Amino acid sequence: MTDQTLASPDTATALSTPPAKAGQSRHLTGWLLATPLVLILAAFLVLPILMIGVVSFWGTTEFSIYPAFQLDNYAFLFGSDVTYRVFFNTVKYAVITWIFTLLIGFTVAYFLAFHVRSLNWQIALFLLCTIPFWTSNIIRMISWIPFLGRNGLANSTLMSWGVIDAPLEWLLFSDFSVILAFVHLYTLFMVVPIFNTMMRIDRSLLEAAADAGATGWQTLWHVIVPLTKPGIMIGSIFVITLVMGDFITVRFMSGSQSANVGRLISNDIALLQYPSASATAVILLITVLMVIGILLRFVDILKEL
Amino acid sequence: MRSELDLELVSLTKRYGDTVAVDAITHLFHAGTYACLLGPSGCGKSSTLRMIAGHESVTDGAILLGGRDISRLQPALRGTAMMFQSYALFPHLTVAENVAFGPRMRGVDAKTRARRAAEMLDLVEMTALSDRLPAQLSGGQQQRVALARALITEPQILLLDEPLSALDPFLRVRMRAELRKLQRKLQITFIHVTHGQDEALALADEIVVMNDAKIEQAGPTRDVFEAPATAFVARFLGSHNVIALPQGQIAIRADELRLRPAEGARLQGRITAVEYQGTHVALTASVAGNQDVTALLTDKDFFGAPKDVGEAVGLDWDARAARALEA
Repeated sequence: MTDQTLASPDTATALSTPPAKAGQSRHLTGWLLATPLVLILAAFLVLPILMIGVVSFWGTTEFSIYPAFQLDNYAFLFGSDVTYRVFFNTVKYAVITWIFTLLIGFTVAYFLAFHVRSLNWQIALFLLCTIPFWTSNIIRMISWIPFLGRNGLANSTLMSWGVIDAPLEWLLFSDFSVILAFVHLYTLFMVVPIFNTMMRIDRSLLEAAADAGATGWQTLWHVIVPLTKPGIMIGSIFVITLVMGDFITVRFMSGSQSANVGRLISNDIALLQYPSASATAVILLITVLMVIGILLRFVDILKEL
Repeated sequence: MRSELDLELVSLTKRYGDTVAVDAITHLFHAGTYACLLGPSGCGKSSTLRMIAGHESVTDGAILLGGRDISRLQPALRGTAMMFQSYALFPHLTVAENVAFGPRMRGVDAKTRARRAAEMLDLVEMTALSDRLPAQLSGGQQQRVALARALITEPQILLLDEPLSALDPFLRVRMRAELRKLQRKLQITFIHVTHGQDEALALADEIVVMNDAKIEQAGPTRDVFEAPATAFVARFLGSHNVIALPQGQIAIRADELRLRPAEGARLQGRITAVEYQGTHVALTASVAGNQDVTALLTDKDFFGAPKDVGEAVGLDWDARAARALEA
């Protein structure tokens, strides 16, 4: 068999049989090193989620919240067809945004990784991509409003060119503007991981593909895309979780005319309906985890990192 | 003797901006030979190979194969195949899929390409590991797969870019024997780039020594070794002394030098080092003009009359053994 399989048992036994005492202290050091992170995650991630879980079973009256264990919140949630419409809307935003960010992100990353030859230019162009992040999400989002509005730049330009006669009503405060803002805000989260995996592709693989007679598209589909999968998956997880958890973009860009799950939760919180908000949050969390679970079925990210 | 499948480079040139990587080289590779492009790094040998393969654009000149100029064709249409230094196996494909990649891209049906891949894997004795991924193979095994992948396209010329440099010395010697065997069996032209003179001597029917973007000397391996034309070739091939004498520079093989008493010898000097090498002893002496000359003596000759560092010694040789070098 291979030399590797021959070598591995020896190394394995060599590693697993240090003197017992040294092994114990190494064990202890390991735990100590992991402790700070465990404590931080426990206090700021696990505990709040548990709290949300607990509160989601509490009861409410018109003017108070009382600790209890009842399924009223969930029963109401699943009994209302608003829930289904809002969840459908959320998933719709996530899927459409994912498709566009993937296409744009992959193209940008491909251009940066394979067409820009000098490293200095790569770094410069990459930094250029991050410049919008020097301002806040909200400002970047709101800057679309004067552009897309009824008398905004887009409409007046199109009208002056004679492409349209009357202003387009669907440019702003519509699903179009919501998705446009999402794509604008989150494409970089797709570019970065895809660019990273692309940079690790050995350039001689592309030459080997050309040598074997592959056309440019065949090389892209049979070599680059499969090798970029981990980056695509990481970017997809970023984009999907960000879009599914968002509420402010949908509120601003739809002019409060569309809803997603985030807005449902934020409305409940505004009305101090914490148990109901928690129940919705729990269902959203489970939905997002299921989506990530499905994505992870396609690529073993741990193996690729 | 010219044949249909001879590869001819006609004043082939590669420039990167102002730098000339390959300077108008002209050479004819006869069909079915094992040729080595030999030279130090940066001499242009890899650029030459990559231009033949089509992975580097040709600045000027032509590459003729079977009478047609292939220098502007797509790599896959040239009748050449390349084996890369890093092997460049597709990490996401199994051994069999890697080998079948070319036929798959050309639209050969699954059954035919699987059969062809199996034949190629059989040729390089890798059938047993055809379901493995490249990462699960050793360097030598990866090299065999890369060979099979290159050969499945039925090239007239196989181009090998430093194919042995990533292997450990033991495996290198074994793989070079296998490369030679494979070339004999397939009867196609192999062009092998290397900076190792021992590799070139062991493998090649013909060597092309390159230096500074030009061909320094080319010819059948033994002819080049026996009669290096320039001081560079003599030094690069090793086992030669380049000695400046009043009548000009000569190259003389280290094993042609004989020890003599200092008086009456062609060269007089003082021993600076004695190195025991098992079957031979390498004796270095400093001679007139502060030149180091190494004589390779058989262990019997040396220990018959042992010498020590610091002793005066005379060096002599048969007049026929000396090769006058071009200036």
